[in-house]
Amino acid sequence: MTVTEQTMTELPRLLPSERDGKQVQDLRAHLARHGRLPYRERQGTLIHDIEAAGLTGRGGAAFPVHQKLAAVYEAADRRRRTPVVIANGAESEPASDKDATLLWLAPHLVLDGLQLAAEAVGADTAILCTHIDRGNDVGRRLRNAVAEREAATLDRVPVQLAEAPPRFLSGQETALINHLAGGPSIPTFIPPRPTERGHAGNPTLVQNAETLAHLALIARRGPRWFRAVGTRDEPGSMLATIRRADGQPRITEVPLGMPLRDLLGEVRPDQGVLLGGYHGTWISGQQAATLTLDNASLAKAGARVGAGIVITLPADRCGLVETANVVRYLALESAGQCGPCLNGLPRIAAAFAQIASGRYHPRTRADVERWCGLVTGRGACHHPDGTARLVRSALVTFAAEADRHARGRCTEANTGANTKPFLPIPKTAARTEDDWT
Amino acid sequence: MAEKLLVNPIDCEGHGACAELLPELITMDEWGYPIVDPRPIPPGLERHVRAAVSACPTQAQRLLRETPPHRKG
Repeated sequence: MTVTEQTMTELPRLLPSERDGKQVQDLRAHLARHGRLPYRERQGTLIHDIEAAGLTGRGGAAFPVHQKLAAVYEAADRRRRTPVVIANGAESEPASDKDATLLWLAPHLVLDGLQLAAEAVGADTAILCTHIDRGNDVGRRLRNAVAEREAATLDRVPVQLAEAPPRFLSGQETALINHLAGGPSIPTFIPPRPTERGHAGNPTLVQNAETLAHLALIARRGPRWFRAVGTRDEPGSMLATIRRADGQPRITEVPLGMPLRDLLGEVRPDQGVLLGGYHGTWISGQQAATLTLDNASLAKAGARVGAGIVITLPADRCGLVETANVVRYLALESAGQCGPCLNGLPRIAAAFAQIASGRYHPRTRADVERWCGLVTGRGACHHPDGTARLVRSALVTFAAEADRHARGRCTEANTGANTKPFLPIPKTAARTEDDWT
Repeated sequence: MAEKLLVNPIDCEGHGACAELLPELITMDEWGYPIVDPRPIPPGLERHVRAAVSACPTQAQRLLRETPPHRKG
């Protein structure tokens, strides 16, 4: 293939394009589009390319991928252990659909990335973990994809498929490792870091499914190609889940640094925009109009790209009511292991529900603020931090609405017309021990 | 090398022994769980810190040599 500037910047890179008829990429279509798997025949060499490309994790934390690869490689060497690589497709965020979509449409790209990452760190175990209970039958699709690759003897490390329970925290790195070891699907304390001591005590690389797909393309086309889109500091493209007023999720691949207004379409200045999902940040439409989809820009509004979730709240919805539903869900999804989270999140949720319902004590907002401060940074995982971030940003972005509620008036909701939440909330919350395993 | 006091919040059951033995660095929140001063341990307090660590009934406290942790959320 001749590499022209146009093909360098062409999107989508990961998902099937219009030219491919947006068809599901079976092995034949995948190889026709992307070519063979470029094994390096040596450990470690891919890590330099990934560093030059500047790829960061697409699961939400945006951690530099080469640093994780190098940490696993180095720990394996030092401890004389053979590493494990895990592709994390356990997309637990109810508002996100990008990993499920990628695994459904282009499973081989993720499986390529898993093989190449395994080679780079010298792993002999590769696991692809997905989320039970997604709408489509992604498990069957992946079993077929793995069988296709076996028949073509593509894979050097056999791939195991695993499923995580449909809980909000089950996609968290240590929760995944805990689950794969036969334990409950809840986070464990760090240290030890998984890169040091993870699955079966071995140095373990856990990378988001989309991250591995980018890695597989960087291995083929090089860092310069990867950097042809995106910003200098945050290069490349990412999958985003966009929800506009109709509530239907759209998965689209966008360059980092894309203006939010191009993603959102028409937004009123006082409309709420949620960035980064349920551990994310509410901003106003006015703020959104000036920002671009990269962490350097979003930081100005205290927000982050996260896993690429961008939601516009419809004009007839109350941001406080919607947030109250989400916060109740997040409190119920706490693993209940850490005192501050166990005590703080239900209190925050109950107080926030009062603010949303329109009759609340003058002290309630100050209580919520204080509890948000108390839970932040005090859990084994970031669940309390993310919940507090969402709550605080809602109280700022919907401050005028909260004032109206205090006087007993809600502008939009509670009219009876909008009883179903706009922001998706899974029906089942954990009730017994069994729900975690 | 600087040392830092770290509480494993999963193991911690809020017995409060640490806050009693080390009020200089540990206070209790309104639910009875310790809030630890995140700064490196000041010189002169090392003995008290070790006493607090070993007094924890669930062994939830530990001393960590200063290296920046990397955590994924």
